[in-house]
Amino acid sequence: MTPQLLHSMLLVLAASVIGSFGAVFLKFGSARITRNPLSFLNPQLAFGVALYLGSSVFYFLGIKGGQLSILYPLVSLGYIWTLLWARLFFQESFTKQKCAGLALILAGVVLVGMGAS
Amino acid sequence: MEAISTENPKEAAAARRQAIILVFFCTISGAAAQILGKIGMSHFSPQPLAILTNVPLLSGYALYGLNTLLMVLALRKGELSMLYPIIALTYVWVTLLSYTLLHEPPNLFKNCGISLIVIGVAVLGSGGKK
Repeated sequence: MTPQLLHSMLLVLAASVIGSFGAVFLKFGSARITRNPLSFLNPQLAFGVALYLGSSVFYFLGIKGGQLSILYPLVSLGYIWTLLWARLFFQESFTKQKCAGLALILAGVVLVGMGAS
Repeated sequence: MEAISTENPKEAAAARRQAIILVFFCTISGAAAQILGKIGMSHFSPQPLAILTNVPLLSGYALYGLNTLLMVLALRKGELSMLYPIIALTYVWVTLLSYTLLHEPPNLFKNCGISLIVIGVAVLGSGGKK
């Protein structure tokens, strides 16, 4: 493994973690939305959007180096982090459907990544 | 008003369906945003005027905004752990659009990959019908 690839992998891994927290804050913020459009301007949503933007910066810097077959699956690790946070923060359960669906999706993303490079 | 009521299973199922539909549209707009971004970047030049007149790039960014809005509305109604992985459908649309619009050559890995993603999303979406 070249230092360049390791660097890209760390950037993409960081993007996946930051992005998963972005989703958590969007979920927190979404609970505060009412019929009033101004309710969209709440701190949780703003922080969620900021985390998303931050995550995309890491992501673009990371995938600039190529090697999508390795980097794409790393991005999709974000789905696993999100599953963990959803259980931790929102008491959502791990069901068989969720785990099986996620495993299939991850395998699919790995194959798409292999096809892309 | 705030959260979905789990007391009425009919209402909960309708809310869940609505959330899945919202995320579905979110993946389509996300894919369009990526393709537009790719087209925009292909004639990108780092001058302010060139960026402001780069219609594909700007519409790509606008779609990202729409995308986030749809995601937030979906999350209001449904479970994060069920909805978030559905975003992987974006890979499916991007791959199909790159075949047709960007004339990228199809290959077996990509075709198997997007098929698995579609099956995975179907499995995820089938949950909750306990």
